[in-house]
Amino acid sequence: MKNKFLKAVFAIALGSALLTSCKPKSSGDAVSGDAAQKAYVAPGKYDEFYNFVSGGFSGQLSVYGLPSGRLFRVIPVFSVDPEKGWGYSEETKPMLNTAQGFVPWDDLHHTEMSQTNGEIDGRWVFGNANNTPRIARIDLKTFKTAEIIELPNSGGNHSSPFITENTEYVVAGTRFSVPGDYSNGDVPINTYKENFKGHISFVKVGKEGEMDLAFQIVTPGVNFDLSHAGKGKSHGWFFFSCYNTEQANTLLEVNASQKDKDFIMAVNWKKAEEYIKAGKGKKQSVKYAHNTWDEKTHTAKSEIKTEVLVLDSAELKDICYMIPCPKSPHGCDVDPSGEFIVGSGKLAALIPVFSFDKMQSAIASKQFEGDYGGIPVIKYEAALHGEVQKPGLGPLHTEFDGKGSAYTTMFVSSEVVKWDIKTLKVLDRVPTYYSVGHLMIPGGDSKKPFGKYMVAYNKITKDRYLPTGPELAQSAQIFDISGDKMKLILDFPTIGEPHYAQAAPADLIRNNGQLKFYKIADNNHPYATKGEKESKVVREGNKVHVYMTSIRSHFAPDNIEGIKLGDEVYFHVTNLEQDWDVPHGFAIKGADNGELLIMPGETTTLKWVPKKVGMYPMYCTDFCSALHQEMSGYVRVSPAGSNVPISYSVGTNLPATK
Amino acid sequence: MTSTKISLIAKVLLFIIAALFVGSIFVPMWQIELNAPQYPEGLVLKLHADKIGGDVEIINGLNHYIGMATLHTENFIEFKILPYVFAAFGLVSLLLIFIAKRKAVLVFFLSYVVFVALAGIDFYRWNYEYGHNLDPNAAIRVPGMAYQPPLIGYKQLLNFGAYSIPDTGGWMLAAAGLLLFAIVFKEYNLFKKKN
Repeated sequence: MKNKFLKAVFAIALGSALLTSCKPKSSGDAVSGDAAQKAYVAPGKYDEFYNFVSGGFSGQLSVYGLPSGRLFRVIPVFSVDPEKGWGYSEETKPMLNTAQGFVPWDDLHHTEMSQTNGEIDGRWVFGNANNTPRIARIDLKTFKTAEIIELPNSGGNHSSPFITENTEYVVAGTRFSVPGDYSNGDVPINTYKENFKGHISFVKVGKEGEMDLAFQIVTPGVNFDLSHAGKGKSHGWFFFSCYNTEQANTLLEVNASQKDKDFIMAVNWKKAEEYIKAGKGKKQSVKYAHNTWDEKTHTAKSEIKTEVLVLDSAELKDICYMIPCPKSPHGCDVDPSGEFIVGSGKLAALIPVFSFDKMQSAIASKQFEGDYGGIPVIKYEAALHGEVQKPGLGPLHTEFDGKGSAYTTMFVSSEVVKWDIKTLKVLDRVPTYYSVGHLMIPGGDSKKPFGKYMVAYNKITKDRYLPTGPELAQSAQIFDISGDKMKLILDFPTIGEPHYAQAAPADLIRNNGQLKFYKIADNNHPYATKGEKESKVVREGNKVHVYMTSIRSHFAPDNIEGIKLGDEVYFHVTNLEQDWDVPHGFAIKGADNGELLIMPGETTTLKWVPKKVGMYPMYCTDFCSALHQEMSGYVRVSPAGSNVPISYSVGTNLPATK
Repeated sequence: MTSTKISLIAKVLLFIIAALFVGSIFVPMWQIELNAPQYPEGLVLKLHADKIGGDVEIINGLNHYIGMATLHTENFIEFKILPYVFAAFGLVSLLLIFIAKRKAVLVFFLSYVVFVALAGIDFYRWNYEYGHNLDPNAAIRVPGMAYQPPLIGYKQLLNFGAYSIPDTGGWMLAAAGLLLFAIVFKEYNLFKKKN
């Protein structure tokens, strides 16, 4: 009896041990022994790559180092940033202007670096605004948003800001089709099929980066999701994935998931250019903002444009072609040779890979299976190179290592799968923690990938870090992909929600002529104060302009009297320093906007409307020197109608004697 | 057998010396390098024959903490005179080729030595002046502390390490002096033991 009991206990113990050993390995096992060494960048040493990561719903662009995962800077782009005065200083407000007026927030999903001959060139990085459709250009000499262009006729600019191989164009596509701005938008929502249209935008990029909306192509109403340009042999073409070809306008999760196949739309933009030359474009009247930053006046300008050239995809037959692609395709990625186009049907159990050559011969021999809203639909098999079988669940995005392999993220099965582009065989798979969205290999969507690291950007972190209440950070995970097997070497939380990212070799950026400070002699700001002696306070009606300077460690003037209730005070602060890394800040009690962070040689303006009579301290917010705490002053606010005259000084307003 | 006329090689050397004197006008003569934890890239004052160069604006900005007067080229008469002095030295060197007397070279050499000594004293005097004549209202006052940079070599001044050494022009002037000395040496046969 006792013996039997022991045997039973033993059997249960053994059984449960076997069961638990069948459980998949935990995350701890996924890290190899030399991971720390591979991700370690010693203090004072530089990273190998700059990583420009979209901030998602933060609206900003974050800059990390690889492989250390250290955060260097968050560049404000589409959302206001009181810390940097972005959208709060008078100079930056026009950058966030749109046809809808000032928009303080947006959702930056994708980044794309400028290219020359299909290789990253380190000049600019572009970002998209998903909510109020826009594209931004960030200058990589100043790490500052230099330009923002709005896109008319669009809702949800998602398939953006992808570029052609010489940065000829940066594109945008409407995720939410809407009636064009040039038609009546006041229609019943359930007239989607009749009244809603898709528009994809081609924005020309000039030599200095200046953006100009060259043309749009109008398509049937669908949801454009992602895109990538052809390169090499397929240069001249652009590929856009689209879903909701069912044209549903409600409960899309069901109604837009009905068809077995949606499309990848191939756009022959060289052909579109020919049609424009031939005068086939229609000028449509719209309204969109084009905002530019001037490095000399340190001021943004917003211009409202009123016209766009639109080409009709149904009318001009040989610009657009639809390639059937299984189950609501998301990612649309082109390999470094330009031959293979990978569509990732997010509900599909396979990954179709299309061949550019086969697509071309299918077009030439008219192997069509009908049309979609007037756009020819190529037969699936006629354009197909092959399918990756059983890659995982929920394929989303693909990047390339330049060594013949592709890497695809699987959202549902939470893994990255490495496969061979030619044979379509799965080579390796690694888990991610958890639910990976985008991934990035430096140069991984260009002609020249640097296949050393791959970074997965995850949507869910759950138990990965110390808990911080209901809201948790999202994360990035770096894998070493230099060998046959992908190896996790580092895992770090990110700001906002990381979507797509780009990376470039550090030397390409740090040797591109990085600006260290603005030359005070070149400062053409209309309210610049180029020396302490020029500082002054000028009243113009109820507007008071303070021409102020900052230098270690005082403001001039630092005693101001004669401000009255009802006044609008403009502090135009010029940082007189001419050395690297000596910014000054400026803040005043009760200001209902933000602070100013003024770089050496720059002039920035804070508008301040005092609401109560009294004494208002102001001070430098950026610890600038040993006497930073002394860098402060007072502004006296008197009642409306008071006869206290305007007076201002620094160092001379000595204690009153009785 | 001794000759009071100088040799051909001495004339060639004199030509080189003339070139060195004139050349030194166009390059920095002396430099004071300053290093601090906050300035890993270093700051440098470059003293040319005719001006103060380098990071003079930044250094002037920092000097106000300790109450040191700011540096301005126009406050030093030296920068007006020195280019002419070096040009004159160059001219004299050329003339000496035609005079070709070893005694003349000796006299020039000795006057140059005197000039260098006077210049050194002058440089020390200015260093002393700027290092000691401090604004009594300065934010940072360290009792007994002076901020005189070294005449030559290294010295720690609060958080700054100051390293004072010749620059290109200085080395050219030194070379000119050495070459003059070599001519004197050779022409007076000081190499050979007298019998």
